[in-house]
Amino acid sequence: MSEDILISVRGLRSAFGPHVVHENLDLDVRRGEILGIVGGSGTGKTVLLNSILGLKQPDGGEILLDGMRLSEMNSAQRRKVDSRWGVLFQNGALFTSLNVLENVMAPLREHVDMPISLMEEIAAMKIGLSGLEPGACSRFPSELSGGMRKRAALARALALDPDILFLDEPTAGLDPIGAAAFDSLILELSRALGLTVVMITHDLDSLYEICDRVAVLADKKVEAVAPIRELLNHPHPWIHEYFQGPRGRAALAGKEN
Amino acid sequence: MRGHSIQTAEPAGLVVREEGRKTVLEAHGDWLVETIGPQDAPLKRIARSADAENVILDLSHLGRIDTAGAYILGRILRPCHDPDADFHFAGDHPVARRLIHEVRVRSTISEQPKAPVSGFMSAMARIGAGLEAAYLEAVATFAFFGRTVTTAISTAAQPWRFRLTPTVWAMEEVGVNALPIVAVLSFFIGAVVAFMGANLLGQLGFNVFTVELVGIAVLREFGVLITAIMLAGRSDSAFTASIGAMKMQQEVDAMRVLGLDPYEALVLPRVVACVLMAPLLTFGAMISGIFGGMLVAWSAQDISPALFITRFHSELPWSHFWVGMSKAPVFGLVVAVIGCRQGMEVKGDVNSLGRRVTASVVQSIFAVIVLEALFAMMYLELGI
Repeated sequence: MSEDILISVRGLRSAFGPHVVHENLDLDVRRGEILGIVGGSGTGKTVLLNSILGLKQPDGGEILLDGMRLSEMNSAQRRKVDSRWGVLFQNGALFTSLNVLENVMAPLREHVDMPISLMEEIAAMKIGLSGLEPGACSRFPSELSGGMRKRAALARALALDPDILFLDEPTAGLDPIGAAAFDSLILELSRALGLTVVMITHDLDSLYEICDRVAVLADKKVEAVAPIRELLNHPHPWIHEYFQGPRGRAALAGKEN
Repeated sequence: MRGHSIQTAEPAGLVVREEGRKTVLEAHGDWLVETIGPQDAPLKRIARSADAENVILDLSHLGRIDTAGAYILGRILRPCHDPDADFHFAGDHPVARRLIHEVRVRSTISEQPKAPVSGFMSAMARIGAGLEAAYLEAVATFAFFGRTVTTAISTAAQPWRFRLTPTVWAMEEVGVNALPIVAVLSFFIGAVVAFMGANLLGQLGFNVFTVELVGIAVLREFGVLITAIMLAGRSDSAFTASIGAMKMQQEVDAMRVLGLDPYEALVLPRVVACVLMAPLLTFGAMISGIFGGMLVAWSAQDISPALFITRFHSELPWSHFWVGMSKAPVFGLVVAVIGCRQGMEVKGDVNSLGRRVTASVVQSIFAVIVLEALFAMMYLELGI
């Protein structure tokens, strides 16, 4: 197994006042893998993501990208890093004043030097790639349904062909057909581009289908990181309940048939 | 494959060879989103001149590629009968062909239809649309006002349905908390009026008329106007924002489903609070404005506070005070109704919240000033 670590989180501590979310949390993300993050509500999955992205200052510990400490980067390095990762936020976080095409073009305009017409074509291509109809380009986020908003947000996250893609509950709110198409798209992009994907998800089908490894957050730290099949018989009660509960078994059965 | 540390990309290069009827495009370097910009124009030129069926992509010198690179390389083959046919490709690349295929299959590019724009016509159309929108806004505001009044009447018939706690909360928010700023503003207005009086009347030797000037200006107009404008800027925008936020979170829908009337629960308490508190605030504004005028009269014109108050009592009839006071509840009502209506108009997105808050403040200040003019005409005709 390759030990090519892209992101490593060391001894992360996150707290909101007296409420401690993470205590001494360690996590490694390998290059090119699809890592799923699961955990009960309130275990700080999104907080972990925000800490890695630098949106939340860690209260302790360090986050390293390619062995470089994020906290010690200067603004030029930071900008470079920002153009290397794409983020799909839980609610899409599209810019409401821009239409879908302009939303997807926003990172291109910011980071890349190319003719506007090519930007438009590439943005339209990404929109198609994420499974939206071409007619959606000129619509505003407020005119889109939840699932469409999610796809538009994915198109924006993919706009710069990032090396690392962070997805916060990408398939929540999608219909099963859309969710399956979404999974296959992520898988295909990851394989073709060597994309590293970190996804928070509760979709057991996604976990079985595309995740190389699954990290389980419990008790303020990463309780286990392993391919999903090795987690099935994990002794931790929450993990056991998660994978051996009725839904977990149904998803496993679905995968095996 | 890409993804090895923060690696700098080779610029994308393109070599075009003609081999008989075939056009061979040799891709060199890395075709990534940050490098392909300069290749757009040459590729478009080739696409126009060469027949797509005879194009061969030579991938043997290609470095890294991403979806944007795959798009721009594959674009030339899109019109082909069979863009995936083997004769279109030469050379080996670990991912390029697969990526070009995936990108083409998963995305269809359609030309964006651009709306025709004609300067004069569109200007006229915008004016027309603006007028229509203004008319519809006015109609809708009156409809909302009517709905509020019927809710008020039905609540008056069933007084136990009246929501006391939110009303008292709104009264504190609208009245008590606004008093300091209203008093300070009014103090300065009173002082300014006294200064102007000191300048003009002093030249004529009628210093003592400053008292009447301050009294009439503050009691009749400024006390209530300052209060109404502060209500519009402070409370009305807060009403729109709070009700609008509840609309955005579907709280208002949830209330409806639970059988709660949002007009009864959200609108009426705020309207009642504004109608009740506006006169009290106006009273505070009047006192503070007169106090400001008195201080200036004292310091700039040697009119002692005792003389000021005595003259105030003897020369100014109560009617000025009542004229000012009579306007306060009306302004309070108008401001509250406009604020609540704009809040209820908020749709699901943040943009509409911002637009509605702006509209709410603009409309209520507009309405206050128009009403002020109507009141002035009315009292003039009545001779009060």
